[in-house]
Amino acid sequence: METGTARVKRGMAEMQKGGVIMDVMNAEQAKVAEAAGATAVMALERVPSDIRAAGGVARMADPTVVEEVMKVVSIPVMAKARIGHYVEAKVLESMGVDYIDESEVLTPADEVFHISKNEFTIPFVCGAKDLGEALRRIQEGAAMLRTKGEPGTGNIVEAVRHLRLINGQIRKVQGLSKDELYHEAKLLGVPYDLLLDVHETGKLPVVNFAAGGVATPSDAALMMHLGADGVFVGSGIFKSDSPEKFARAIVEATTHYQDYKLIAEVSKNLGTPMKGIEISKLEAAQRMQDRGI
Amino acid sequence: MKIGVLALQGAVAEHIRSLEAAGAEAVAVKRVEQLDELQGLVIPGGESTTIGKLMRKYGFMDALVQFSSQGKPLFGTCAGLIVLADEIEGQEDAHLRLMNMTVARNAFGRQRESFETDLQVKGIAEPVRAVFIRAPLIKKVGPKVDVLSTYKDEIVTARQGHLLAVSYHPELTDDYSLHAYFVDMVKEAAASKA
Repeated sequence: METGTARVKRGMAEMQKGGVIMDVMNAEQAKVAEAAGATAVMALERVPSDIRAAGGVARMADPTVVEEVMKVVSIPVMAKARIGHYVEAKVLESMGVDYIDESEVLTPADEVFHISKNEFTIPFVCGAKDLGEALRRIQEGAAMLRTKGEPGTGNIVEAVRHLRLINGQIRKVQGLSKDELYHEAKLLGVPYDLLLDVHETGKLPVVNFAAGGVATPSDAALMMHLGADGVFVGSGIFKSDSPEKFARAIVEATTHYQDYKLIAEVSKNLGTPMKGIEISKLEAAQRMQDRGI
Repeated sequence: MKIGVLALQGAVAEHIRSLEAAGAEAVAVKRVEQLDELQGLVIPGGESTTIGKLMRKYGFMDALVQFSSQGKPLFGTCAGLIVLADEIEGQEDAHLRLMNMTVARNAFGRQRESFETDLQVKGIAEPVRAVFIRAPLIKKVGPKVDVLSTYKDEIVTARQGHLLAVSYHPELTDDYSLHAYFVDMVKEAAASKA
């Protein structure tokens, strides 16, 4: 009997496929998310748009919030640790959190090194905006990936950019010869073996979800159309006018992402989605996606 | 022979790959109209609460009870096992209520307790590599249910006539023996009707 194997960790993410993982800030929101059909919840103290508004240093949530959420739902509970913050991750693991997001939404604790995730029994998800980041995170032990997008903006453009880039890079790698692969591994800054695996299979060895800026059911369906395995929704749900309805609509649009009549139906009378931010108006220091490359 | 994989949420592609490796034609099923052309169906692993909700929303509850009443085989893995059960511990509502058994969700604990192991399954020669992820257990079975394997004295594989349920994930390995076992069930069911 073996726990914490790559298959057990990556398999957990496989079970989330086609699903929606929702940010929640308390037990009540967690129940709303579960009732709406979320496949997991991400327990946080503040959603990304509030983190953005508040400024200052964003850290791991108060364990009380995480515990409270773990008590009320039967679906998996994820929580965020700062990039490179080994101890925050160990604390979350000790509490029995099901998945850790080593997340650029929080202020990085280490500007160079990520957490060595292979040492943990519980799996990690990390953000990636290109194939180099994706394979580096997998090498460090990430069992699941997600686009970084630009969290808390309600603007899907960055998540689209990241997913298109990764998928385009995968297609390019598929067509390379062996000698070109050695060079490409050097250019991308990734281990050759992982790149060879992508070359042979034409896909990443772990699940890749969309995240960062999903604000409507159509946004979720667009990311599925572009090849995401599932969707994280952060500020989008509980910053909208009617979270319950909104959450259900996003779940259905994700499952039936090619059924446009159905998406039209579930999108009716949802009220105002979160206001959103034009990305080009963000100062460099406010761009979360540039953290932890 | 065509076998469907219920594709509302969960590990669909892996089951399709495994069924194909076991010699069947496999399709993802999102709408009840697709059921008519199928001889068997897999309900995959995923989150049972999510799959159950979407099944209700899109008419799969009645459609699958009818599918089963035609003697067409169903195979539930992990969440799929929960969906097939008569009763779920600690919950008033069950889903399809097709298999005469009581199941417990997340019976081993949280993700850190998830594991893989070798498992002897009745009717399959070699041990099966079984991946348990926040897995359920079968706590009680009725007289019509055959227990095909146990792990530490708890039931993890069961069959009731044309219904098969396992609490782990055979679709996450390259061992296709359980899928081959199910494909044989589908062949037998189709032959007995012809």
